[in-house]
Amino acid sequence: MTARHTLAARIAKHRWHYLFLTPMVVLFVGFTAWPMLASWWYAFFDWDGLGPPTSWVGLANFSEVLGSPAFWNAFKNSFLFSLVAVGVQMPLTLLFAILLNNPRLRGRNLYRLFLFLPVVTTTAVVGIVFAVMLDPAGGFVNEILTGVGLLPEPVNFLGSDRTALATVLVIDLWKGFGITLIYWLAALQTIPPDVYEAAKVDGATARQVLRHITVPMLVPIATVILLLTFQSSMNPFDLIQATTKGGPNYATDVVATYIYRYAFDPQMAAPRYGFACAAGVVFGMCTLLLTLLQAPLLRRRYLKASG
Amino acid sequence: MRYRLQLWHAFLVPFALMWIYPFVWVVSSAFKSQREMLLGGLSVWPAEPTFDNFVRAWQVANFGEYTLNTVVFSAAVVTVVVFVSATAGYALGRGQMPGKKIVVGVLIATMFIPHGYTIIPVFKLVDELGLNNGLIGAVLAAAGPAHVVQILLFMGYFSSLPQELEDAARIDGAGYVRIFWQVMLPLAKPIIGTVTLFTFISAWNAFMVPLVFTLGRPDLRTLGVGMYSFFGQYTADWTGLAAAACISLLPIVTVFLCLQRTFVEGIAGAVKS
Repeated sequence: MTARHTLAARIAKHRWHYLFLTPMVVLFVGFTAWPMLASWWYAFFDWDGLGPPTSWVGLANFSEVLGSPAFWNAFKNSFLFSLVAVGVQMPLTLLFAILLNNPRLRGRNLYRLFLFLPVVTTTAVVGIVFAVMLDPAGGFVNEILTGVGLLPEPVNFLGSDRTALATVLVIDLWKGFGITLIYWLAALQTIPPDVYEAAKVDGATARQVLRHITVPMLVPIATVILLLTFQSSMNPFDLIQATTKGGPNYATDVVATYIYRYAFDPQMAAPRYGFACAAGVVFGMCTLLLTLLQAPLLRRRYLKASG
Repeated sequence: MRYRLQLWHAFLVPFALMWIYPFVWVVSSAFKSQREMLLGGLSVWPAEPTFDNFVRAWQVANFGEYTLNTVVFSAAVVTVVVFVSATAGYALGRGQMPGKKIVVGVLIATMFIPHGYTIIPVFKLVDELGLNNGLIGAVLAAAGPAHVVQILLFMGYFSSLPQELEDAARIDGAGYVRIFWQVMLPLAKPIIGTVTLFTFISAWNAFMVPLVFTLGRPDLRTLGVGMYSFFGQYTADWTGLAAAACISLLPIVTVFLCLQRTFVEGIAGAVKS
């Protein structure tokens, strides 16, 4: 009784706090919580988006998604983007960060600025710029490569299903490189300079310093960078939609473009919202699982930080 | 040893130039005549510089209108996000209101749940609200989903301000709202700046949300969406596309170059904490 009384009193005392929290809670419920739940709900309907969903189809959408080779193709490509981000972009940016972190390297701020510039630009716009530059009929990349004899004939980088996927992966790497580089540079800044001084006094070589000081001291922050890089790599929609729309022949299709096609593509006869939601739910669950796999790493870091 | 380090410039200089060459190409092509582009001129300097492409992009391809739309869209998203995350951060950062831990826990948990695939329910919700016919719908869809990092930034900052400040204001007779508005918020200018900058850049570069919300309203397109439809319609007008890309990228690159220190420090801070 008294406990409830004091809780009520405390709530009343903090009424202004709740009022200040209200805008955030309203938007959170409407645009974060509800869409997650509604995706599940809609996924059980055959629904073209007109009026409320009425035609309940049970698990039919899910079984169609799981049995669709086109979905798994998009799924595989989506994870390829993450794989390149984590497996290529992360180590490569670390090497650049170590190089650019050296205070004796002149002009390192300018290099950092140049490498970072693509990050702040609009993905859809630079995607189209790349499409023009890589054009097989007169695009300057092909002109130069054939001109100096590196290529016998122009390559349709974004238009042939042999090269399109690799090309968008490289553009994506170019676009995201700078941000991971800044993460690593920030991580390197956390290593106190006197550790390096001590190693130098002890006569350690550059390679020994890297192997026994830099890398081990980076491990805790590296898990955070891994998570950030993984999450931002999961959504290559802007780039793909602007350059190839998932083509040619679905060679560059990712789950986001797959969903967009079923729900919003004007060329689609009737939108299939329910089916698109089912695809989103399946993919969301798989991503969640992969994120949770990284959780033990993170927990260890927080335990260490607090303990 | 020192000389060996400087040898890296032999690799870094060409690499960095190649890295930003797409931007060089955009600027140089935007000033070239269509004829020069067609003849495959590879030179960086236009032979006969012209403004025709900008005029065509601005007027014929509607990039004047798109620029205005993007400015309005970005400004509105920034306003909503700053307002919502500042008030929420203040409520969570000062005092011990019941339920605070639950709210913070839920917010942090959503950071780890992928929610890039919920565009359909968001679209449907905005439609039901009757807001699908203007930029307001797109603004809500972009600003609505919880901006957890922004909220936590405000929360951390407000909780670090001394209690005496609040007590003194209260003795002077100020209420909760006035303390927030006249004492605390002015002190939070650095955080407002960081949040504004990050939100502005991501709003300016947004593509999926404005694309979906302007499918039936070409006059409301933002620059990214406008570029996409321009490319779909006039695939071969390379110099026009380059001029349009210039118009789209110039504002955001300028903002970044002026405020790059704040930007880089903001990202670095997010990783370290």
